[in-house]
Amino acid sequence: MSEASPAKAYALHLGVIALLFALSFVLPEYYHGLLARIMVLAVFAMGYNMLFGYVGLLSLGHAMFFGAGLYGAGLAIIQLGWGVPLAFLVGIACGAVLALVIGLLALRTTGVAFMIVTMMFAQVFSLLILYFATWTGGDQGQVVPQPARVLNLGATSLDLTDPTVRYMSALLLFSLVLLVTLAIVRSRYGRVLVAIRENEERTKMLGYDTFSNKLMAVVVSGTICAASGAAYALLFGYVGSSFASVQYSILPLLWVLLGGAATTLGPLIGTVFMYYVIDVSSGYTSAYLLIVGIALILLVLFFPKGILGTIRQRWLGWLP
Amino acid sequence: MTPLLATKGLSRHFGGLRAVDNVDFTLMPGEIRAVIGPNGAGKTTFVSMVSGRIQPSSGAIVFDGADITGMPAYVRVRQGIAYTFQITSIYANLSVYANVALPVQLTLRHGPSKSAIQAAVMTALERTGLADRAHMPAGQLSYGHQRLLEVAMGLALKPRLLILDEPTQGLADSEIDNFIVLVRDIASSATVLLIEHNMPVVMQLADRITVFNAGRILAEGTPEAIRENAAVQQAYLGTAP
Repeated sequence: MSEASPAKAYALHLGVIALLFALSFVLPEYYHGLLARIMVLAVFAMGYNMLFGYVGLLSLGHAMFFGAGLYGAGLAIIQLGWGVPLAFLVGIACGAVLALVIGLLALRTTGVAFMIVTMMFAQVFSLLILYFATWTGGDQGQVVPQPARVLNLGATSLDLTDPTVRYMSALLLFSLVLLVTLAIVRSRYGRVLVAIRENEERTKMLGYDTFSNKLMAVVVSGTICAASGAAYALLFGYVGSSFASVQYSILPLLWVLLGGAATTLGPLIGTVFMYYVIDVSSGYTSAYLLIVGIALILLVLFFPKGILGTIRQRWLGWLP
Repeated sequence: MTPLLATKGLSRHFGGLRAVDNVDFTLMPGEIRAVIGPNGAGKTTFVSMVSGRIQPSSGAIVFDGADITGMPAYVRVRQGIAYTFQITSIYANLSVYANVALPVQLTLRHGPSKSAIQAAVMTALERTGLADRAHMPAGQLSYGHQRLLEVAMGLALKPRLLILDEPTQGLADSEIDNFIVLVRDIASSATVLLIEHNMPVVMQLADRITVFNAGRILAEGTPEAIRENAAVQQAYLGTAP
């Protein structure tokens, strides 16, 4: 059980961050860009894991939180001409508010009903984007123009389209979210969330307001996912409706399952693994999704706890 | 002296079934009160309404002078009403320590330090004799020890009223003896409301006994009075001897 060794856990996480930092200088150009994208999407997965892994709530609608961040930040720049920092904050705020509203409504349900309700809300969100095509660009999406993606900090200005700046920005966001998740998971609040997952009725009868705790978790989760979406718009410059589609609700679930639900580093490992399998298999055949599918089935069959979950179960019980 | 707990006209209907029917009940501070009655008499429904797990159809519940009828369960727990489940309900995948740490971190929520939590957890585990098993996963405990863990979690809440729902069910005789000692110890700091089928346990522990039958209170009194009560004998045995 993970009572002890906070130093060990923090050392491991700082080590992972250091490794990602070092990789920036050795990776060839293609993988450098890919890893930047993976880190941003891993943030999405970490947000999803917060709710699915630790609270045990399976949402099929998290694309709307990613989409809220993506469109919140993107449209603030494209339509309102706001600067990068403000657009980023607008994206996050959109996700937080949306998560609060969705949480208040969807948390009246549990289990399968919760899955369906979240999926339906995400569907509404996605259709609204298509409906208001005048502003959102509809199914074509919109490109965030390069001149707008420059961060002015006093005298210096950082061009987010520059590969190194982009990589380091992605790493900064990733590291921040990773350490915040680790701190939450290790906190008393984190233990209450796990208690709700394990036995909600019991947790109520130990004096915990499980509804507020779950609502808080939905908001934290949605906010992290929105941060990922906002960063995606700013760093990769494309705001498209496919990111709000049901596919992007399923993907974080798969990444988290692959890497290991309720592990802090699992979302990163799952995202990396999935992209790696796609990358390798698409080199051999155009039916690469078939290979991805088979890999997923094998993993779920033989490692139901995911990569890191299995490692924790067999060898490293202290992993957070 | 104000009663710690009182119910007035408390009822709960499930469809046409009157599980609890117009019950007036009073419990004084410091008592050990046993609630007995045949299966389906409404005992568990009654304490579930007291703890807030079930909403009453009508009637009122007063705890320490304040009406708590509409209060959610988790608030009642914070007010001092702890409930241990009839069917063992622990966190099987968490350690014994973590199971008890959850209620402890709630009661110490204003400025708790790590050592304060540890001390309080170990106190609750020592009182229930589980201290040497603190780091086992709770699911690996024997059934009897899981029942004790339930009680330890209740104790960790530092309750004013501890509701024990059939705590000795499924325990071995030797475990029951220890359990009686434990409940006496608990009663020194809390009022105990005990649902129990095991008559020797009831007779040894209870200051007073309330007998439920068909959703109503059939009789109430000292163990001796209840033993001699003809109506109680009829409810249990079918005929008066």
